[in-house]
Formats: sequence, C-alpha cells, structure tokens
Amino acid sequence: MSGLAAAAVATNGPGGGEAVLFWVLAPVMVIAALGLLLAKKAVHAALAMALVMVALGVLYVAQDADFLGVIQVFVYTGAVMMLFLFVLMLVGVDSSDSLVETIKGQRWLGLLLAVGLAGLLGSAVGSAVIASPVGLTTANAEGNVVGIAIKIFAQYVFAFEVTSALLITAAMGAMVLAHQERLGEKKSQRVRSQARFRSGRIAAGLPAPGVFARHNAVDTPALLPDGTPSELSVSRVLRAREQVRDIDDFDREVGRIETDVEQGGRR
Amino acid sequence: MNIANYLYLSCILFAIGAATVLLRRNAIVVFMGVELMLNATNLAFVTFARIQGSLDGQVVALFVMLVAAAEVVVGLAIIMTIFRARRSASVDDANLLRL
Repeated sequence: MSGLAAAAVATNGPGGGEAVLFWVLAPVMVIAALGLLLAKKAVHAALAMALVMVALGVLYVAQDADFLGVIQVFVYTGAVMMLFLFVLMLVGVDSSDSLVETIKGQRWLGLLLAVGLAGLLGSAVGSAVIASPVGLTTANAEGNVVGIAIKIFAQYVFAFEVTSALLITAAMGAMVLAHQERLGEKKSQRVRSQARFRSGRIAAGLPAPGVFARHNAVDTPALLPDGTPSELSVSRVLRAREQVRDIDDFDREVGRIETDVEQGGRR
Repeated sequence: MNIANYLYLSCILFAIGAATVLLRRNAIVVFMGVELMLNATNLAFVTFARIQGSLDGQVVALFVMLVAAAEVVVGLAIIMTIFRARRSASVDDANLLRL
C-alpha cells in the first residue's frame, strides 16, 4: 500500500523539472510582490504586480491548469493591469506616494500583523495532513478546457449565469460612476480667449519652456529678464515629480559655450 | 519537491498583499494589494484541485477571477470619482465622514 502511495507521488507529485521551475519562479514572485509593497512610484508597483501575475500564469500551466494559465495572462496581465496603468496615468502623481507615515506606529503595527498572518497561514498549512496528490490526468483526459467546460455548463451552470448579471451590473456601475453631467454650456475658444483678456493676467499665453538653443526641452524653465527661472513655463506634473532641471545645470555651461562661440568665430 | 510549497508560496503572497493594503496610502496601490491577495488564493485553489484530482478548484478559481475583474472595474471607477471630487488618490484624504 505504501509502495503504491509512493508510486503515486512519483507520478503525480511535482517532478524534477517542475521543482526547478518552482524554485526559479517563487523567489522572483516574492521579490516582485515585495516590490509592490515597497516601490515608491505607483507605476513601478503596477509593473511588479504584472510580473507576479505572469509568473502565476506559468505556475498554473505547470499545475495542469492550462485554461486558467492562459486566462490569467489574458485577463489579469492583459486587461486588469493595463486598466490599473490607465487609471494611474489619468490620476497622475500626488502626495499619496510619499512614504511619510501619517498615523504614528502604523507601519510597524501593519508589518507585525502581516508577518503574524503569514505565520498563522503557514503554520496551518504545515500542520495540515496533505494527501499525496491525485493529479489531474484522469480529470483532464479529454483536455483541460473540455473538463472545465463540462463543470461550468453542468454542475455550476446557475453560478455561471449569475456571474453574467454581476458583470452587466459592474459595467453599468462603472458607466454611471464615470459619467459626468455637463453643467452649463461648453465654452468655445472665443469665450475663453475673451475671458482671458478680460482678466488681464496672462493675456499672451504662458511662457514657453527652454533657454538657449541647447535646452529647449520641456523640463527646462524659461529665464526671466532678471535671470530667475519662470515657474509658469514648466508643467505642474514635472514640478510635482521634481524632474525640473536646475537652473545651475545650464548656467554652468554658459562660459564654455561663450568661449566655443568666440573660438569658432576666430577659426 | 513537496506540493505544499505551492501553498506556502500562496501564504507568503497573501501576507504581502495584506501588508500592502495596510501600509500603502495610494488607493490604487491598495487596490493592487487586494488583487494580489485574490491571486494568492487562486494559486491555493489550483493546488488543491491538483491534490484532490478534480477540476472543481479550477472552476472556483475561474469564478474568483471573474468577480475580481468586476470588482476592479467598479473600484477603479470609484477611485476616479473620488479623485475628481477631491483631487487626490490618497486613502487618508477621503475623510468627510470623520467626526
């Protein structure tokens, strides 16, 4: 009997190749998940999350869940994560990315709770008696997709129908939330221009970024007549990201450029 | 390799997702933490399906994915609405109900 069980483990348990796959992917997944937790920029967190999801898809395929593996890559990495990135681009950067804690001691309490949760779940798995895996060779005899289709459209058909109602409701909800009622008439370009001239503040438009021919990039503030950089000439987003070029950066090169010009004239 | 390793990996990912929900302040990153927790449970479901030799676990994982997709759509729409009203995606700034 024990010999039979051992044989079953040898055939249905994770084999050598799968062990290699697991030990390569598992550290990558944990590091990427920690990247989600620790990355300062939300976009980096989203990309780390996408990596975790692709690796999960590979693990599904390795565990005889071909259909789920493909769906994981298509739906999660392809659709859900791209939706996340899309919303990140819409929202842009703000102060919520900062790592300064607002509630005192929250960071350590949160970490303690998370470590405690990991220990609790891990000890539950460790103390459980896990039978030698039966394996899915018989269940997948006609193919994984056919096997899942038989389950969904027979045993779980009611739950499957209910999910259609859920999806329609979710789509409707998203449309209702995203819809914006326009209050008042849309302002035409003429009306806006008239309003701008009436206020008299910036009648000629905002100053363009860039000084000299060498630095006309958008991250270079324009110089005012007194030599100070103009705050209005660079985008608000670049300032929030602290990606605006320092005035000294190109101030320093002025002497060298001037000698270049003089020598060029003499040459 | 012991098949329980998949379950341990699932536990670690779940705990990291929970830590993300507890510690981060950007609502979108918090939401990704929830997604990570759902994905970790899916890995456990797929592993259990293999241990039991039946496809029920995979079907449940499929339903979890479906519900997660619906949840993402509504959740991101809510985040967008809050951002539009309050000009911030921080979970600390949505405190109008606070005394």
